[in-house]
Amino acid sequence: MTLDLVPLWTAILALSVFMYVLLDGFDLGVGILFPFAPGDDARQLMIASVAPIWDGNETWLVMGGIGMFTAFPAAFAIIFPALYFPVLAMLLGLLFRGVAFEFRATAQTSRRHWDRAFFWGSLIATFAQGCVLGKYVMGFDVVRGQYHGTVWDWVHPFVLATGLGLIAGYVLLGATWLVMKTEGPLHDWSRRMAQLALLGVLGFIALVSIWTPLLHERIAERWFSWPNMAFLAPLPIATLLIAAGLWRALARGRDTWPFFAAMGLFLACYLGLAISLFPYIVPHTLTLWEAAAPARTQAFLLIGTLFLIPIIFMYTGWSYWVFRGKVRGDMGYH
Amino acid sequence: MFDPVFLSRLQFAFLIVFHFLLPAFTIGLASYIAVLEGAYLYTRREEFLRISAFWLKIFSVSFGMGVVSGIVMPFQFGTNWSRYSELAGGVVGPLMGYEGLTAFFLEAAFLGILLFGRKLVPPWAHFGSAVIVAAGTLFSAFWILAANSWMQTPAGHEIIDGRFVPMDWVKVIFNPSFPYRFTHTVIAVYLTTAFTVIGVAAWYLRRGRHVAEAKIMMTMGFLLSAVLVPVQAVLGDLHGVNTLEHQPAKLAAIEGIWETRSGQPAVLFAIPDEAREVNRAEIAIPKLGSLYLTHDWNGEVRGLKEFARSDRPPVPPVFFGFRIMVACWATMLALTAAAGWLAWRRRLYDAPRFLRLLPYGIPLGYIAVTAGWITTEVGRQPWVVYGHLRTAEAVSPVLTAADVLISFAAYALVYAIIFGSGLYYLVRIVQRGIPEAPHAAGPPAHTKRPARPLSGATSPARMT
Repeated sequence: MTLDLVPLWTAILALSVFMYVLLDGFDLGVGILFPFAPGDDARQLMIASVAPIWDGNETWLVMGGIGMFTAFPAAFAIIFPALYFPVLAMLLGLLFRGVAFEFRATAQTSRRHWDRAFFWGSLIATFAQGCVLGKYVMGFDVVRGQYHGTVWDWVHPFVLATGLGLIAGYVLLGATWLVMKTEGPLHDWSRRMAQLALLGVLGFIALVSIWTPLLHERIAERWFSWPNMAFLAPLPIATLLIAAGLWRALARGRDTWPFFAAMGLFLACYLGLAISLFPYIVPHTLTLWEAAAPARTQAFLLIGTLFLIPIIFMYTGWSYWVFRGKVRGDMGYH
Repeated sequence: MFDPVFLSRLQFAFLIVFHFLLPAFTIGLASYIAVLEGAYLYTRREEFLRISAFWLKIFSVSFGMGVVSGIVMPFQFGTNWSRYSELAGGVVGPLMGYEGLTAFFLEAAFLGILLFGRKLVPPWAHFGSAVIVAAGTLFSAFWILAANSWMQTPAGHEIIDGRFVPMDWVKVIFNPSFPYRFTHTVIAVYLTTAFTVIGVAAWYLRRGRHVAEAKIMMTMGFLLSAVLVPVQAVLGDLHGVNTLEHQPAKLAAIEGIWETRSGQPAVLFAIPDEAREVNRAEIAIPKLGSLYLTHDWNGEVRGLKEFARSDRPPVPPVFFGFRIMVACWATMLALTAAAGWLAWRRRLYDAPRFLRLLPYGIPLGYIAVTAGWITTEVGRQPWVVYGHLRTAEAVSPVLTAADVLISFAAYALVYAIIFGSGLYYLVRIVQRGIPEAPHAAGPPAHTKRPARPLSGATSPARMT
């Protein structure tokens, strides 16, 4: 009898995905807000606020991908073909966003193009990730351990709604990040954007919270059966309290609270999702244990992963520490 | 031909060839930079420092593009090769995982010191970071080639319910073809870097720019190639003998031999005709093939007819890929020999025609590794895990030809833009030349920033 590593790998995978969503979420949100900012100086500051950290944030995406491939190959083999085009759009969006950061700094005549690539890359990647999320919650048509649908099954109103919802969510993260990191007109503008985005996010949270139990009886039962309802009630209540706190912090012109409250909102939604879907890794058909790789496989990669995760945390913490405080014009990107 | 399997193979080949062009350069470059930093530490000659700072800029852009294009790769296994992921993920997953972890560990910890820390850490620590980054790129290559070699010559696993289950990781990693593939590939990428450095040095020398640095670069490049070009011939031969033992059908396709017999010829050129199972327009040297394959004039080598048509790889790509690779090697050998002769006549740095020729040698290594890769990967067909899992059974079952055609077109378009811009940008760095006084390189205190590979080259402020 060997040690069951599935819970540990589940935790690693869940952590990687959540860290990715939070960290690349605000980068992508800044990218989506980018063309609407008041003036070129503001845009320069926006770039400067995320430039030092964005590529470290993508580490978590690869960590999540590799983690699922290694620890839960059967799930990897169902989810990714089903999401063929959203994943393609996400990868191409991230590619463009990534190189646009660097090329726009050296380009002279073509800078406008790289600015456009930065915006569209961010927007497409975000929408695609929202679609991935929506299709994931809806579940996959699986027959005898194989994906049995088509690569177009993700086209569904619910999925498009989560795509738009994630855009609102990342814009909220990005705007509150800018509230924390900037001053003056850009700061004020970001606060207004954050308020707009918060309204949008709350609308989508309400929509998805009503829609999800309607999609699956199992999810409805988990939330609304007794005594689950009593145990789980604190989560929606907490979500509402965090949202109210975020609104007040924005209205009172607080600097750092809005960003942390926005992250809290994401955490609450993430936990809600986890409660809806556990113990499935391929929602509604394949559990974490059914999709798990052999114990030898999970154990072998675990050694390196447990060594690396603290290093990534230390490095991430350090780079945020180095770049703490407001970004100013004189420490522009280049 | 336009079925999802073929198109998925084409898409994967396209993505990995473009991705691999970058590690093919940066693995060697990381080691070169470590050597330059070591040479500076030992001799305290400023030229070494200037050369190192110059190549570091190029390294940071190339490494960054390698990372960005590398992110696409693991997702390919999920989207296009889901059956392979499901059945073989238990074995290859951790190997690829370690490749990714190594790359990110480097990016997280030591690349920042190497790129931005010259002023912040003592010289020995900077040299140490260079060595660790170089070692790390080799570790990355180690893991990815372990995964690739396992697919070529699988070992250390059992098949349970159709799934590959690892039994002995040492046997999985050090599978029969791994030692040969690893050394052969590392030397290939070192030579690729050497001829890139030589080409750039010659370009400067011919224009009378950075003469002191260019002479050092050229000398170091040719010293390396003088050692590694011959070594590569020996390793290539050993690798071929290994292929003969473990993948005889691939070897027959490489050699272009159809009949099994003793005393096989060495086919220099031919047009293999798969339908009629003969070579056309063949130029061959009798018995030589058996000599270098079996180290015996009359050794028996099996021909393609020995294998069912459904178990043979497509012959022309394997046959021509191998010859293109060898032709690149022979050109490198000729250039190295010419350089040796010129150096002996003390004319290496001012032989105008030779200097004009050398920049055209830059692509040699990239063509060779691509051709070699086509030889070995197409030669693995029709298997994805040799002898166990057919490529046709590894593809994602839900994909249609139209789906893959759309994604392939999208990747091709985006890569054309991104790689085109990247190449343009690298050429611009070379044209701008080697900066003066790189020892002051390092961020001013108020713009300290952590490791961001692409940004290492984009800030002129840091080079002043």
